[in-house]
Amino acid sequence: MKTNKKNFNFILGIGIIIFMVLFVFLGRILPLRDANAIDATLKFAPPSLKHPFGCDNFGREILSRVIQGSFSTFCIALGTVFIGTFFGIIIGALTGYFGGLVDEILMRINDAIFAFPSILLALLFISLLGPGTYQVVIALGIAFIPSFARIVRGEFLKNRNMDYVKCAKLLGASDLRIMVIHILPNTLKVLLNSVLIGFNNAVLAEASMSFLGIGVQPPDPSLGRMLSEAQGFLFKAPNYALFPGLAIILMVLGFGLLSDSFEK
Amino acid sequence: MENDVLLEVTDLNIEFHDHIIPETVVFDFDLTLKQGEIVGLVGESGSGKSMSALAIAGLLSRKDMKKRGRIFYDGKDLLTISRNELRSIQGNDISMIFQEPLTSLNPVKRIYDQVEEPLRIHTDLSKEQRYEKVLKILTEVELDDPEHVMRQYPHELSGGMRQRVMIATAMIMEPKILIADEPTTALDVTIQSQIVKLLKKLNARKKTSILFISHDLSLVRTLCERVLVMKDGYIVESGPVERVFTNPTEEYTKKLIAAIPKIDPELIYHNERDTDSK
Amino acid sequence: MRYALKKIVTMMITVIVVTLFVYIAFNLISGDPAISMLGTNATPERLNALREELHLNDPVIVRYFRWLIALFKGDMGVSYSYRIDVSTMIFDKIPVTATMAAMSFILMIVISIPLGIHTSKYQGGVLDRIIMILNQIIMSIPPFFSGILITLIFGRILKIFTPGGYVSYSNDFGGFLWYMFFPSLAIALPKATMAVKLLRGSLISEYNMDYVRTAYSKGNTTNGVIYNHMLKNAILPVITFLGMALTDIIAGSIIVEQVFGIPGLGRILLTSISNRDYPVVMAIIVIISFMVLVVNMLVDIIYSLIDPRISFEDK
Repeated sequence: MKTNKKNFNFILGIGIIIFMVLFVFLGRILPLRDANAIDATLKFAPPSLKHPFGCDNFGREILSRVIQGSFSTFCIALGTVFIGTFFGIIIGALTGYFGGLVDEILMRINDAIFAFPSILLALLFISLLGPGTYQVVIALGIAFIPSFARIVRGEFLKNRNMDYVKCAKLLGASDLRIMVIHILPNTLKVLLNSVLIGFNNAVLAEASMSFLGIGVQPPDPSLGRMLSEAQGFLFKAPNYALFPGLAIILMVLGFGLLSDSFEK
Repeated sequence: MENDVLLEVTDLNIEFHDHIIPETVVFDFDLTLKQGEIVGLVGESGSGKSMSALAIAGLLSRKDMKKRGRIFYDGKDLLTISRNELRSIQGNDISMIFQEPLTSLNPVKRIYDQVEEPLRIHTDLSKEQRYEKVLKILTEVELDDPEHVMRQYPHELSGGMRQRVMIATAMIMEPKILIADEPTTALDVTIQSQIVKLLKKLNARKKTSILFISHDLSLVRTLCERVLVMKDGYIVESGPVERVFTNPTEEYTKKLIAAIPKIDPELIYHNERDTDSK
Repeated sequence: MRYALKKIVTMMITVIVVTLFVYIAFNLISGDPAISMLGTNATPERLNALREELHLNDPVIVRYFRWLIALFKGDMGVSYSYRIDVSTMIFDKIPVTATMAAMSFILMIVISIPLGIHTSKYQGGVLDRIIMILNQIIMSIPPFFSGILITLIFGRILKIFTPGGYVSYSNDFGGFLWYMFFPSLAIALPKATMAVKLLRGSLISEYNMDYVRTAYSKGNTTNGVIYNHMLKNAILPVITFLGMALTDIIAGSIIVEQVFGIPGLGRILLTSISNRDYPVVMAIIVIISFMVLVVNMLVDIIYSLIDPRISFEDK
């Protein structure tokens, strides 16, 4: 029963992810209209065969914009998770493995930042760095480091005193070698799940930030900004809001189901 | 002597249905329990003794487990009566204590609330009357300073104290039948004999019949009058304790008896004053 | 006592880390506020005079502590853009954001606890499956999109509230609460789904506990067992989540305020960020971090009240 449900989640999750990946990459290969091309005659064109998702208030093709926007959201989320995991692993591994005063201080600071909502933290960074795509990646990436560091530290702390580590030490392995070759692979399973959850949070955070107008800058499309623009025409052109929203939901749902199926 | 019989179980079969293939764990279980009697049920783990006990107490899921046979109590078949009727018997006429007193007590509720609960469920007594009853039963199970204990939480008590609390909870309604499922297994040897003594005292004072389940034959011998031996879901031997011990007919029973360490349980009891450091 | 002390120390470190970071970063990296106030054409004399007036020439750490001490006295400084006291700017906005956070939190609990209990009780049933599938989908909706959907459904189609028709709480408190209900729902829904999932899982694992069997053996009904015994145990992991969710709700309200056109802390924060009006930004950040810390503290207290195994005195 239980395993069936997990498998179902896994297959559905993978299915949605593959669908989204195909959607984005095929969309980039297929000769669709340029996402930024304006055509006044197509203003608020309803969904049709020629324009499956319809057109927006500037007569831009919503399908192309959703594809472009999904692609940039995807890349930003990947970049964010990469920064978060990379530094999270380094900080978590060092503090968890060596412990001591540095660990205590770093973890107190880490706890302090962790208690602070990450979207607010990212907003702070943005107000320092200014709006833009790379700024968002850096801001979100930094905001995500504490949660990864916490998880990795916990795993290293747990593994540090295990017999296989003691054994490696007796055989003369260096600390670096033990950390990278011995302990790190054992943390991958836990890490994988938090990467998936982190990816989801990054997608949601990026969408929120571009919704607020501080992420990807116009005229380049982003799902969040499309939604904030669509808000004004909600009754006139609900398709303008629904399709970008649906793209976010599918992306988050796919990875959410996948991480669910990995849970014990 | 027929009207002395409190509980009569005939041809009880228990089948698990939570897997794809149904699995029978108890076959043709028969048991009669007379008023004031202590009957032992022995067997190794997995022999079906706990399953039978849970079935009698009405604690096996009706959905996942299929039961055939009859469990007659007070003219009613516990297997077929309504859930409401069953609940009015549970904790009232038939109550149960378990192997692991720490996990069997609710960790986030005070002892008082847990001991008092059967009174709330089965009686209309006032708050003051309930308090008196709780205090009385906690004293009867020989807890020191019961007024302090009732304000504590399970994790603050020792294993022996916890089991005394469990016994108090089970005995507060003065049930006709107490089912004790390995009540001493999780305890230190010295505490074990104290609990067994307590059960014997309560049995003598309140005329409560006890079904005592254990894998420890020496304990069964000190406590029970009759014994049933179970193996792989079947009762392989039954009879008066002394007869079964001195003259077992089944090969399995002989093996069980041979496996008892040769220490006189009375000796343990006498030594406990020296060894019990708590 | 050590536990409480540790918590308080962590709280204080959080305040200091966040505020110091914000303060130094804004001072070092952001542009000269004197220039942004007077424009690039201003004379050096005018600029210097303003810098003196705003104490911008002192070392940064001195200014930080002066600012922090003033803050605790209720003096949050003067807005660079509006040249009025920050405290007057944001004081009447705090109730707006606080109301929205409180309403969202209550909605989240009201939605999630009955659903969590129901789905765990009838685990595997048709209703459980439908609820859990819906749950997973709603979980993936970002709060601003749920806000847009709620605007579309309740505002434009069903017309039971006027999108953009915010009423101030000082004019019409009832109307204010009614309007706030919808943004609160938008924030609460995605969070509630996580709470449902967590509570359901937590309750399901409680069903196998020994004390549940004991409770049944006393003659309890299933509802009696759930409400009198299991819920208090099962809620423990959920409480930690609820605390985290409340801090997310406070942060999320900034975004949802934009969807519903509510003039709360979020709107001032966003305009101040784009205006580099950092006394305002810092004041809001500090206020929000205080809210977050108070919430965390409350969670710890509630947790220790429910679980007797954790106490503030020892551990």
